[in-house]
Parts: sequence; C-alpha cells; structure tokens
Amino acid sequence: MTAISDGEAADALLQVQGLQVVFDGFRAIDGLDFSVDRGEARFLIGPNGAGKTTLVDAITGLTRPEIGSVRFGGEEVLGKREHEIVRLGIGRTFQTPSVFEELSVLNNVDLAASYRRPLRSLLRGPGKIDDRVVEVLETVGLSSVMEQAARTLSHGQKQWLEIGMVLVQEPQLLLLDEPVAGMTKEERTATGELIQRITETRTVVVIEHDMDFVRRFASRVTVMHEGSVLTEGTVAEIQDNPLVEEVYLGRPRDARGAAPAAVGQGGQ
Amino acid sequence: MEIFVSQVLAGLGVASVLLLIALGLTFTFGQMNVINMAHGEFIMAGAYTTYVLQGLLGASLVGLSFLISLPVAFMVGGVLGLILERTLIRHLYGRPLDTLLVTWGVGLMLQQLARDVFGAANVQVKTPAWLDGGLTVAGVTMPWNRLFIILLVTAAVVAIWAFVNKLPNGRQMRAVMQNRPLASASGIATGRVDRRTFMIGSGLGGVAGVAITLLGSIGPTLGTSYIIDAFLVVVVGGLGQVRGAVLAAVALGLLNAFVEYASEASIAKALLLVAIVAFLQFRPQGLFVRRTRAVA
Repeated sequence: MTAISDGEAADALLQVQGLQVVFDGFRAIDGLDFSVDRGEARFLIGPNGAGKTTLVDAITGLTRPEIGSVRFGGEEVLGKREHEIVRLGIGRTFQTPSVFEELSVLNNVDLAASYRRPLRSLLRGPGKIDDRVVEVLETVGLSSVMEQAARTLSHGQKQWLEIGMVLVQEPQLLLLDEPVAGMTKEERTATGELIQRITETRTVVVIEHDMDFVRRFASRVTVMHEGSVLTEGTVAEIQDNPLVEEVYLGRPRDARGAAPAAVGQGGQ
Repeated sequence: MEIFVSQVLAGLGVASVLLLIALGLTFTFGQMNVINMAHGEFIMAGAYTTYVLQGLLGASLVGLSFLISLPVAFMVGGVLGLILERTLIRHLYGRPLDTLLVTWGVGLMLQQLARDVFGAANVQVKTPAWLDGGLTVAGVTMPWNRLFIILLVTAAVVAIWAFVNKLPNGRQMRAVMQNRPLASASGIATGRVDRRTFMIGSGLGGVAGVAITLLGSIGPTLGTSYIIDAFLVVVVGGLGQVRGAVLAAVALGLLNAFVEYASEASIAKALLLVAIVAFLQFRPQGLFVRRTRAVA
C-alpha cells in the first residue's frame, strides 16, 4: 500500500524509510515509510496522535528517532543537528504560532535570514533592509506592520510571519504544521494561495485537519494512523477510501451503518 | 548632611561591586536559568589574575598590569565558564537545582585549587598610584578606587546593552532564550549561543574580581562573600533584566549602608534579608516583570 518502488525513489526529494520514534515505550512513529517528490504540495492528515507532528519533528532533528532513515536530496539527515538540517534546506513551522514575540516583525524575518549572510547583516548600515527580507514580507503580506513587535500581531498574521521566516531561508522543502488552524475563512484562502505560490518553486508538506482546505489546495494526500502511513492518494481517492473513514470515526467498518462520511464533512 | 552624603557614596560603592557581579549572573542565571555557585570562584580567579599579572610585570608597572588584568580576567573567567558549561552544565539545562549542587562542588574544588597554588592566607594586590586618594566635593571624600569601580560598571552596563540590542550575536542570544525550538528552526546554532552566553557571563565575573582587588586583600574564599548578595540583586531586579539589576543593586547598596551606619554589619545583613523576603512576598517576579527573558 505504501511501498515505494525504486523508480519513484529516484525523484524523491524527501525519503523516509522504516522510521521509528519511541516516547517512554510508546511508538509514536512505528515503521513509517514516506516519500515526497520535488514540487509537490503534499498534505498530511490523520486523527490526533497519529504522529504527524512527531514525523516533522523527526525530520527536522527536534526528536531523535530510534531507527530508520530520512534522506533529503539523497543525503541522510538523521543525526544532524536542527540548525544543520535547516541549512541543508528543510524549513518548518510549529503547530502553535511561534515567533519571537519581543522582536519586531522585520527583525523576526531578518533573524531567520541572517545565518545565510552573517557578514552582510553585520556590515549593512542601520536602517537598511535586505532585499530578500523585503520581498518575503511582501509575499506574506506583512510589509505594513513590519515595525511592530510580533506580539501585537493577530493570530493569523503570526502564522504568516512564521511562514515568512521559513521562506526567507529559501528552503527546498517546507514543512508547515497546521498553518491555517484558527484562521478566518478569508485568511485560509489567502494562506492556501500563498502555499500554491510557494509550490511553484519549492516543495511543501502541510499538516492539516481542515478537509475543506485539503480539498481545495492538495495535490496528493497522505493519511497517517497510529504512527504509520495508512494510505496515500489524490483527494478523491482518500475520500472514497473506507479505511480512512474508519480511523477517523474509530469504529469497525461493519458497524458504520449510516455514519456520515467523516472526511467529507470534517473540519468545517 | 555630610554623614548622609558619605553614606550614600558608600552605598553606591557597595552597589557598584554587587552590580558588576550581578551582571554576570544576569546572563547565566537570568537568561539561562543556571544557578552557578562557582561564579564566586570565577570572581576569585579574576582577582588572582590581577595578583599574578602584577607579580609578572613588577612593582613599577602596577597601573599597566591592572589595566591589562581587565581583559585577561575576562578571558580567564570566560574560559573557566566555557569548560564548566561544556563538561557539566550543558547536561543539566532545565534542572536549576542540580546546577546549584554541581557548581557548588566545582566552586569548592576551585577554592582548594587556589589554596594549593597561592596559599590559604590572603594576599594584597597593590592599587595603581593613580587610584590613590580621592575626590573631595563639599567636604566629603570619595576614594578614586570606588569611583573607578562605578565607572567600570557603567561601562559594562553600556557594553552589555549594546551587545544585546545592537549586535547580531546579541539578537541571536535573545532569540534562543525567547524560543529555543524556533531559534533552531531559524538556523541558529543554539549550542554555540549557549556557550557564548555562559562565557560572557562568566567573563564578567572575572572582571568583577579585578575590581574587588581595589577594595582590600584577596583570598581563596573571596567569591563566597559576594555571591549570595549578587544572586539577591538578580532576583530582586527581576530575572534577566539589566535595568532591574541596576536598580536593585543601588537599592540594596544604599539600604545596607544606612542600616549598617545605624546599627552594625551583621544586623544590617539580617534586616536586609528580612526586607528582601518581605519584598518578594508582594512582588515575587522582582522589580521588573519579565514578559520574556530578554535582557533589556
């Protein structure tokens, strides 16, 4: 069901194989195989506790897996430190909006950009802003508030800022953990369009619960359940898959009866 | 009136030494949550650095060796701190009580080392000739050595402010202390920032040691007499807050000077502690509330 053929693996930007993450005896990730091709907008869904965020943590070095392999562009990243993985070209956002609250919006983005150009940011005169930083602030729609402290931003703006902080690092792969959680309808649409634009030049993996959002913006969907991949496919294939319904409803297929289609109606 | 002014000046003198020590702790305790009891021994190491340099350069170059001692003691304290961070403390992040016990042990070992190398008896460090005497204003004399310490601590406060707020390294430090996972995800090598932060804090301890040689003889247990008061300054000022530490040091210094004048040293100490306990009952977060652990 999730086996990766050799032909596919050749194009894969990210390739996770046999990954296992154990917390105090609990297998949060249990023998997971997962691969993402260049230029994809892959959506990762699954019930709470399926291991989606743990997978992102393992890829980015925040969590140390027991066994397995995570290859990025052919290079093994397991065992590398978090900032080293960032510098290889994997950027991530966090489930709860994480920005440096006391720094200005501009400084947040500039800080995230600075490891690439340590000398330039030091030599640049005060008041001069890096072109790339300006461009990113424009992209995520925060140019008008760039002087404000990040703590004054709205919930949605903080999430955009976080995406901006990842974008400015010019990663090949972005891992976005619930980027539209708690957003208004308009903000969701704007975020979806932002992700589409990002996908033109980069690869994106999005963890998302909102099925409406998934339907509108996903090309391929991976469903996780109990620490491994349940199934993978297009949005239509996932919606038609009775297994998916089952894990979301948490009851056997036979007893389902007239239960509503979870995937079709979830997350409104 | 004269007595009042002279007590104020004495209080400021005490305050400036306390503040110089507390500034180092603002980094290691306030920013990193490490209770480093060996900080007192870094101070002691800074003081002995002055003593050793004075011995090397001879009696004719007391002034020069004193000035050279400032950067050298910063490096001595910094390297000691770096070794401590690498070997022990980095395994204990997030466990402040464990750091207290471990660093207390390290402090005892450093004291014994100093005893073995320099002897148990106190040694005298000569004060540069240009710090002899004092400045007399309106009948009250302020010794030059006290004024020099006040100048030194002012320079240290300005330098720290500039580092934290103006330099990329300082901004990285603030970022790591505000949100460690996010700092990593932003490409910052957090381990290196920890090392740097701890090294700067410890180095400031060394500088404080140089200043203390101006106030009297020095011995292996020099640091222990200052360290508790300095921790009090950091707690009263609000963790990680430089301006809080400044205010708290001045307040404690003045309070100490006046109570000591009215009674005696040990009673002054007891009353001071009572005052601090009472203060922390009403304001457990210190003078300045910290929204995040930014040095400001």
